[in-house]
Amino acid sequence: MSEAVSTTATWITLAYLVTGICFILGLKWLSSPARARQGNQIAAVGMIIAIAATLLSGQIHTFRDIIIGVVIGAILGAVGARRVKMTAMPQMVAIFNGAGGGAAALVSMMDFMRGAFSSTPLTPDITVTIVLSTVIGSVSFAGSIVAFAKLQEIMTGRPVSFPGMRVLSMLTLAFITAMATWIVGFGGGDGALYAMVAAAVALGLLIVLPIGGADMPVVISLLNAFTGLAAAFTGFVLGNDVLIISGALVGASGTLLTLLMSKAMNRSLLNVLFAGVGGGGGAVAAATDGVVRSASVDDVATMLAYASQVIVVPGYGLAVAQAQHNVRELADELEKRGVTVKYAIHPVAGRMPGHMNVLLAEANVPYTQLFEMEQINPEFPRTDVVLVIGANDVTNPAARTVRDSPIYGMPILDVDKAKSIVVLKRSMKPGFAGVDNPLYYDPKTFMLFGDAKDSVIKLVGAVAKV
Amino acid sequence: MTGHLLSELTVFILAVFVGFEVISKVPTLLHTPLMSGTNAIHGIVLVGALLVAGVAQGTLEHVLATLAVTLATVNVVGGFLVTDRMLEMFKKKPQ
Repeated sequence: MSEAVSTTATWITLAYLVTGICFILGLKWLSSPARARQGNQIAAVGMIIAIAATLLSGQIHTFRDIIIGVVIGAILGAVGARRVKMTAMPQMVAIFNGAGGGAAALVSMMDFMRGAFSSTPLTPDITVTIVLSTVIGSVSFAGSIVAFAKLQEIMTGRPVSFPGMRVLSMLTLAFITAMATWIVGFGGGDGALYAMVAAAVALGLLIVLPIGGADMPVVISLLNAFTGLAAAFTGFVLGNDVLIISGALVGASGTLLTLLMSKAMNRSLLNVLFAGVGGGGGAVAAATDGVVRSASVDDVATMLAYASQVIVVPGYGLAVAQAQHNVRELADELEKRGVTVKYAIHPVAGRMPGHMNVLLAEANVPYTQLFEMEQINPEFPRTDVVLVIGANDVTNPAARTVRDSPIYGMPILDVDKAKSIVVLKRSMKPGFAGVDNPLYYDPKTFMLFGDAKDSVIKLVGAVAKV
Repeated sequence: MTGHLLSELTVFILAVFVGFEVISKVPTLLHTPLMSGTNAIHGIVLVGALLVAGVAQGTLEHVLATLAVTLATVNVVGGFLVTDRMLEMFKKKPQ
């Protein structure tokens, strides 16, 4: 009997090991465009192996809750994944992430509650990890919900703050620490756990509320890392290696991506989290007294048609206007006339890392035409026309020169070095950072006002007639 | 600190290094699918949810367990499907 049990345990452990290998291979393949899709698929296979092994482990005694949960969860997940528009991808990732964080917190909570009313006392080893995964999972859950609400525009995308908010966050954190200490060191029970979870949920809200829409790529990436860590600590709680390995992988990769994003904005992570950029504090007077020149669709069409190289700079406005397909039509039309078209992608354009790449891929733009900032910047001086579509802060020359600007020091696309610049914009409203853009007052710049999608559709027609 | 926790900590730290190492060279192009893919991977917490749901007793535990399984499944199924949908679009040449 005992031999049979240990044989099963061995098989389960081996199956989990295979899962770990699948995940690592999957992540590795996700780093190359050619193999990325197989990477995701092999990770999915790893997940199926882990789930099957768990279900067959003999540790599952009742299946009713599992069947209900899996059926509902699979339907919600599949419908969400099928229906979501590529432009809404950041909020979809946020909501999936929140779900994972919530699940991690619930699992650890249940483990604690079971331990608390069973006769075997929970050792501090275990309670430490229970506390960590419950708190991090709850913060990630609540933070992701706020991120979702902001991105979905259920609430304002601008930073939300009130006097004393930071003090309140600190107090909440102190309260969580107190409850955690009580639970780990002094036998705090279910009551302490509930209070701690409630405070962690509040902390998640307090952390993400004051963060502006433009900083969302950093936040989503950070919350992703949080959920990874929460899953890893849940692994410690349950003594389950596959959770530890997978959670650690995600925690590490999420942290790395977060730091990359912060670096792309030349800001520290702490600055992103606590500066509340976009609150309207950073008044920048530079060049606001300049003259703005607007151009007609036909003017712009002529400029584009006779250019030898055009660089398109897409931003969040492109996503909002859903103009990615029309932009590709415009590029096709220009290429027919022998114009070289390239796309310049700023690392933090859009609302999640790589957001623009996904949108353009959806419109069948070959990824060989997409260029990262370092590759494309030397090309601007020999480019005839730059078409800025719904991008603002990432093209703002104030980042190079205006010391007191909130975006000072952020590496930008050197759009102002091109021979001429056309900016498609709805109005003269500043971008999410709330900073005026001197680019618009540059004598080489022409503004084409209106909805980005409308303007691009008109341009396609006009270029065809030139 | 027990030996068991110590060996778990070892596994954790090593996996963190593997995570850093594997991801460090990913191009900007793939940042969204990568994030979405890792997002799906932390859905592994479903394994934990299954383990607690399999032994749940009493109304409160049943409710919490069902909720945990539901949330984790949303994470897994949604995460992998949406990543696949995105990656399907990354092509070298338009067709």
